[in-house]
Amino acid sequence: MRALLQFNRRRLLGSSAVMVLALSAGTARGAIVKSGLPWKPGAADPPTPVTGEGWHYFTPQEGALVEALVDRLIPPDQLSPGGKDCGCAIFIDRQLAGSQGRFEGLYMSGPFQKGTKQQGPQSPITPAQQYRKGLAAFDAKCREKFSAKSFTQLSDDEKDQAIKGLEDGTLKLDGADAQEFFKLILKDTQNGFLADPIYGGNKDMASWKMIGFPGTHYDYRDWIDRHNQRVTLPAVAIASHPNWAS
Amino acid sequence: MTQKLPHKDAVIIGLGWTGSILAHELTDAGLEVVAIERGPWRDTGTDFSITYAQDELRYRIQHELFLRPAQITVTFRNNAQQTALPVRTWGAFMLGNGAGGAGVHWNAETWRFLPTDFTLRSHLTQRYGANFLPSDMTIQDWGVTYDELEPHYDAFEYLCGTSGQAGNLKGTIQPGGNPFEGPRSRPYPTPPMKQGYGHALFADAARQLGYKPFPQPAGNLSQPYTNPLGVTMGQCTYCGYCEWFGCANYSKSSPQTTILPVLVRKSNFEARTECEVTRINLDNTGKRATGVTYVNASGEEFEQPADLVILCGFQLWNVQLLLVSGIGQKYDPSTGQGQIGRNFTHQTVSTALGFFDKDKYNFNPFVSAGSIGMCIDEFNGDNFDHGPLGFVGGGYMGQVQTNGRPIETTAVPPGTPAWGAKWKQALHDNYLSTINAGTGVHASFYAYRDVYLDLDPTYKDRFGRPLVRLTIDFHDNELKMSAFLTDKYAEIIQRMGAKQVVKQPRKGPYDVTQYQTSHLCGGAIMGNNPGNSALNKYLQSWDVPNLFVQGATAFPQNAGYNPTGTVGALAFWSAAAIRSRYLKNPGPLVHA
Repeated sequence: MRALLQFNRRRLLGSSAVMVLALSAGTARGAIVKSGLPWKPGAADPPTPVTGEGWHYFTPQEGALVEALVDRLIPPDQLSPGGKDCGCAIFIDRQLAGSQGRFEGLYMSGPFQKGTKQQGPQSPITPAQQYRKGLAAFDAKCREKFSAKSFTQLSDDEKDQAIKGLEDGTLKLDGADAQEFFKLILKDTQNGFLADPIYGGNKDMASWKMIGFPGTHYDYRDWIDRHNQRVTLPAVAIASHPNWAS
Repeated sequence: MTQKLPHKDAVIIGLGWTGSILAHELTDAGLEVVAIERGPWRDTGTDFSITYAQDELRYRIQHELFLRPAQITVTFRNNAQQTALPVRTWGAFMLGNGAGGAGVHWNAETWRFLPTDFTLRSHLTQRYGANFLPSDMTIQDWGVTYDELEPHYDAFEYLCGTSGQAGNLKGTIQPGGNPFEGPRSRPYPTPPMKQGYGHALFADAARQLGYKPFPQPAGNLSQPYTNPLGVTMGQCTYCGYCEWFGCANYSKSSPQTTILPVLVRKSNFEARTECEVTRINLDNTGKRATGVTYVNASGEEFEQPADLVILCGFQLWNVQLLLVSGIGQKYDPSTGQGQIGRNFTHQTVSTALGFFDKDKYNFNPFVSAGSIGMCIDEFNGDNFDHGPLGFVGGGYMGQVQTNGRPIETTAVPPGTPAWGAKWKQALHDNYLSTINAGTGVHASFYAYRDVYLDLDPTYKDRFGRPLVRLTIDFHDNELKMSAFLTDKYAEIIQRMGAKQVVKQPRKGPYDVTQYQTSHLCGGAIMGNNPGNSALNKYLQSWDVPNLFVQGATAFPQNAGYNPTGTVGALAFWSAAAIRSRYLKNPGPLVHA
């Protein structure tokens, strides 16, 4: 029952179908609050850890392409593993397979019309669809430009060149806006790199250790007065602590 | 088929800060009260769990505690020549949902407005002459004074346990506090927060430049506290997960930590959650509210009759309900007629980044809190001579950085590539040694004839009601002010010892994708007669005397401070008038 409650809340929280949420949440917490604080044991809603192998959204080719991309956006060096080993592609895959990929929670009624930059995104195309189209168009353009090689087969320098082309718009994609696609994948890659590892990226808190962020500690009262001193607490995450058996 | 429910003495629309305060006051007065809240019930133990509250992706980036635009949103355009389009995902402002409202996810910065903020037009006209103000600026006096509100500011601060250092006690300036504040009758209920290295260094630099810094008044408590209702709060732990998040420590002032535990135990109170009020119903004279119509989570429609209706939603939804319910006359910018929707304002915020030598400075940005910070008020309101400057308005400024959350707080120097090895290196080199206060300069946004709210002609919400349409852009006055204030702020950051300061003054056009606080105000403003306002000084509707409209909807213009302290004070002030006068003799409290 707890797992069902969890799944329903997470899935429907962003949905306009709020009525289904109420029915599945049942009478335990109820919609009417009277004579006392509502309480149901075990009614917490922790994040669902990303686990498991394989892709939930990407095809194997898309997955390989995204792994290659994130490994250039965040290349491996002495500061941290690359985006691939940090799990950034897994992070993006799981996000796209879930509510974020579907634009759940956004206002998706029409009419859709392009507006000014200040009016924000006005497209009905979900992130999942944007990736599918963008990756296909990008791969096709790389094959065209680099003598029929796919992005995954290019040298690091050639890969960076292709990415720069997306970034500055000189690499035009058929059926997709190169610069919008670049911004999307960069944001998702960096979010995956810097978010809690429970979502599949930032493996072993690599980015947090790189920058000196101790993670999910919740009590710094011993540190607020220690001005200009390095905090020596070990990095911890929602599901990870040096004292816990892994 | 609408089901008509048994009568209640009062129905409260929305259970955020003002809904909770009004419910508490009216139940104490013996009324049968029902509060109807669109979002879910929330409380600390279940919803702000100490084991997973610290999730930047979920709560800050993906907005999990907030209203979903799919549920309701607004449309936006800069001016009447454009077609307004839906805000499909939040940007410029973040809107609360559920019991506690924005009181759950706010930073708890708890300020009072200046005495002159309440008599703004009179004051500025007297000092600078009427011609000094732009001809399309529609600022007004509030109809209530700071002195009238002072006991109610006090009541809100003691409800909240606000941590601070008094600057003016009954007219005597106190060292270490804000020397510009209006006189207060007694000190804050708890001492000020401790400050981190960056905050303290800002204060040192400010003092060297001749300013008088003071700690920001905070609803993150410096020590445990039991409020007058008997509800106890804990001590803030400087966790750095404040704004956007629920507090797991019971140490952030919210309806959950100050009122709801007592309120729900009263036999004359009931809350209905996941129920959305779609209309305030009027009788056939149009001058009396008979109650509200609402829809529950299953889509069933109910009519809740009541003698007294208190509209306690967020500012935008208050205006939408007034418009769709046909209360008051909607504002027409071309004629200037109509009160509902006019004098809509936001906040003018800006900052300057400071990059410091990483081998000399370690700011531990993650050791922080929502209302931490050392501020100066020399450039707020009319605290300084505007004569030579050519603008009016101002704001406080401070090192008020609240967090070091990595996705949000990894600023890099200009010219750094956006990706790749150099980007990684820049993160590594700058994360611990950068000053990055999102609202380092927090300034006023005055009212204009062409900045207003009305109903969109095209886009609808899930009930088929028209969405609220925002027509808003910056005027030269605010942009000039922002440039001036940001320069002053940057001087202080420079004086701290920064090797590079990057000024980021506010620039037009108003961009609905850039977060600039959720301090939306106006649309049903208060004033001293129905020709210039929607509400009288007690927040009572001039049009429908058994309707009171709480919140920042009442602000004729926005001042250079966070609004919630003033929203709380007005709620207590309005509740006092209802209890001491209205309930004994229902009817208009002011005859204009």
